Amino acid sequence: MSEPLLTVENLKTQFFTEEGTVRAVDGVNFEVNEGELVGLVGESGAGKSVAAQSIMRLVEEPGRIVDGTVTFDGKKLVDIEETPDGRMEESDEMLSNREMREQVRGREIAIVFQDPMESLNPVFKVGAQLREFIELNRGVNESEAKTIAVDMLREVGIPEPEARYDDYPHEFSGGMRQRVLIAMALACEPRLIIADEPTTALDVTVEGQILDLVSDLQERYDTAFLWVTHDMGVVAEICDRVNVMYLGEVIEEAEVDDLFHDTKHPYTEALLRSMPRPDRSVESLDPIKGVMPEAINPPSGCRFHTRCPEAREACKEFHPEYQDVSDADEAPHAVSCIKYERVGYEDSDPLQTEATGAFAGGLADMRGDDDGRDPAGVPGGEADE
Amino acid sequence: MSEADGTGALGTGAGGTDDDTILSVQGLTKHFSQSDGMLSALFDEPPVRAVEDVSFDVKRGETLGLVGESGCGKSTLARTILRLVDPTDGAVYFEGDNLAELSGSNLRERRRDLQMIFQDPQSSLDPRMKVGPIVEEPMKAHGLYKGEREERARELLEKVGLDPHHYNRYPHQFSGGQRQRINLARALSVNPDFIVCDEPVSALDVSIQAQVLNTMQELQDEFGLTYLFIAHDLSVIRHISDRVAVMYLGKLVELAETEELFEHPEHPYTKALLDSIPVPDPRSEGARSVLEGDVPSPIEPPSGCRFRTRCPRLIQPDEFSMDSDTWKAVREFARAVDRRTFEADDRAAVRAEFFPDGTPSGRAGTVVDDALDRVADDEWEDAAEQLISTFADASICATEEPSYSVDPTIGDGEHFAACHLHRDDVEAPAPADD
Ligand SMILES: Nc1ncnc2c1ncn2[C@@H]1O[C@H](COP(=O)(O)OP(=O)(O)O)[C@@H](O)[C@H]1O
Ligand code: SF4
Ligand code: SF4
Ligand SMILES: [Mg+2]
Repeated sequence: MSEPLLTVENLKTQFFTEEGTVRAVDGVNFEVNEGELVGLVGESGAGKSVAAQSIMRLVEEPGRIVDGTVTFDGKKLVDIEETPDGRMEESDEMLSNREMREQVRGREIAIVFQDPMESLNPVFKVGAQLREFIELNRGVNESEAKTIAVDMLREVGIPEPEARYDDYPHEFSGGMRQRVLIAMALACEPRLIIADEPTTALDVTVEGQILDLVSDLQERYDTAFLWVTHDMGVVAEICDRVNVMYLGEVIEEAEVDDLFHDTKHPYTEALLRSMPRPDRSVESLDPIKGVMPEAINPPSGCRFHTRCPEAREACKEFHPEYQDVSDADEAPHAVSCIKYERVGYEDSDPLQTEATGAFAGGLADMRGDDDGRDPAGVPGGEADE
Repeated sequence: MSEADGTGALGTGAGGTDDDTILSVQGLTKHFSQSDGMLSALFDEPPVRAVEDVSFDVKRGETLGLVGESGCGKSTLARTILRLVDPTDGAVYFEGDNLAELSGSNLRERRRDLQMIFQDPQSSLDPRMKVGPIVEEPMKAHGLYKGEREERARELLEKVGLDPHHYNRYPHQFSGGQRQRINLARALSVNPDFIVCDEPVSALDVSIQAQVLNTMQELQDEFGLTYLFIAHDLSVIRHISDRVAVMYLGKLVELAETEELFEHPEHPYTKALLDSIPVPDPRSEGARSVLEGDVPSPIEPPSGCRFRTRCPRLIQPDEFSMDSDTWKAVREFARAVDRRTFEADDRAAVRAEFFPDGTPSGRAGTVVDDALDRVADDEWEDAAEQLISTFADASICATEEPSYSVDPTIGDGEHFAACHLHRDDVEAPAPADD
């Protein structure tokens, strides 16, 4: 297999806040191949957006990429190395800010956000913004850019594109604004589009329209996508491969069918079990116990151990290794859980938590939920609480 | 299949005589003026028709799900039912009293039995107030449980799954799911019979959503509550509801028992809605279908069936008798011209794209050919006008408001569908043409 288009290795991004260091992305690995649609999925606060922004080097103060390498088409977008005296520094190969701006952003990699209003300037007309973007990035003159802009608007399904060209962003519906942003992302024919929850704020019929549009365009232009979402339905619908994030880490990665039908990580399993289904009636929901702890002070060992139904004592001690556990004739399937390692999981006692059912009949069991979370961010559900 | 009475009402008649019925909404209508009273009266601006002639009953102890896309009038309907805004027309019978006509202390008295919780648990809780007093507030307002409010608040906190020791904490010290529980405790504090829940779990992550939904169901069983549960998420609606009502652009388009509605939707909008949900299973059968176009403005909603401008099943006018493929081609061409979704440099190419098997015969063909000419001459508006007036405006979907009751396939509950496809034929299942 040829080199992946995008490789993310050991990426770490932290926010230095008054309360402490938020380890938002904490040693993440994944890749995106040419023309592939890869999902990055997880609950809010898992670190998906920070990971996406880190790839584009758009992380803002007080955040900083502190370690790792992001390689795109041979270029080092991020490359942090340890110096002989133990400091973390950008390598010589890492692109400068100017190179990022001029060679990568918008041209090679485009990004689409959840809220299109943030990316469109409310005081300028939609068409003019698109035209100017095309002029700047494609090196064409104004009238050529306008022609391309109108074509793009039509292509992404804006009705009456000639007339709508002169509308202001607020005159567009949410779905249409998201279409404009997709038009803008596509305008420079990038090789990778990073989409951060682009359909989350949209109604389901509009989301359907956008998902169809994306599949369509992807086929036509062979653009690769990194699709950030919390919605397993969207993942199942459009992704080729999926990475699941929990508390700053990617904890499972598999082809989409394997992720749903040969689930390996207890968190992914629990997530799938907790969802009501549109396509069938589910008698009772099986929620994940507790809430995701704060990234300021993640639990020791496996970060999911405070909520994992299969947690054992060893899970508190050992930080699981993220490793490929597939057989030789199978597609790669990576997971980080000590059940798949030889560190004594089998011989270890079940942890006494609400999630493992240790509190049968107790008050906490009756509630079975997100209570017990201390405001200071200490995860709930521990036996000693 | 029989036509329901004029207003499309599913009500049991004035006063809600049926013992099972806790709430009966009858012909409820809410129009908002576009700007402040004076100005809009001065310029005679047409109102925003947010909710139009909506009728349904809610049975004691059930959860009635209300689903629809943003802006379709769900929240306005809820607020009008609770008299947080005054209705333009219609009645809301709650255990016999017409809330729309009550005022002053009578209204206040009744309101105690009808509570509401909102989507955003953050903004609906006063950040400066501690949780205990927040829960006690409605008791105070209604002068209830004097002397035992704190005790009751603590009890309720525990009931909704919070630690009663958190009585003295502030809302920001809780997670989103916990804040929604505080709202639940507050709503329950005056011992209501009926709770309107407006998107109560939409802001929560799936795993937390499941926790809160489970608690809501437990509380319903324990206290015999009735819920009107509003959500845009069809999975949540399917899970929580006994019956489901679907709204589109201010109108109720379908109402049936949950299983019946999800397995046998009888309104094209409901079908489109169900077909567009991404299913969390890559092996799920059946391609997702996509509904085209945008929701029209509620200021001048389409006549007849409000869904007709986007409906994939729009009925051809009586004067024509095209086969379904030809009619489909005409319908799609008319909409494409209206929305200018293609370029028309070459008449033959346009014709080949929309009518690969040739244009229709007779008058339909004449109108289509003429429109092709005009589009090729860049006279889009004229072309669109003629196509729309010939093919859309003359449809029964545009001339009459649909309101039918359908025989259910599952169960024996009432199945209401506001769609003319059900206008005469009882047995024949609607042919799938898309
Ligand atoms: N500007 C910031 N300052 C401090 N912490 C932040 C900032 N932005 C994000 N975080 C933290 O980083 C973690 C990951 O956040 P995010 O990437 O937004 O998650 P997701 O996109 O998966 O919902 C969270 O704990 C979040 O609170
Ligand atoms: S390592 Fe232990 S706690 Fe973590 S997911 Fe695996 S079984 Fe659960
Ligand atoms: S009445 Fe006509 S337009 Fe409305 S849903 Fe039925 S077929 Fe479609
Ligand atoms: Mg995010």
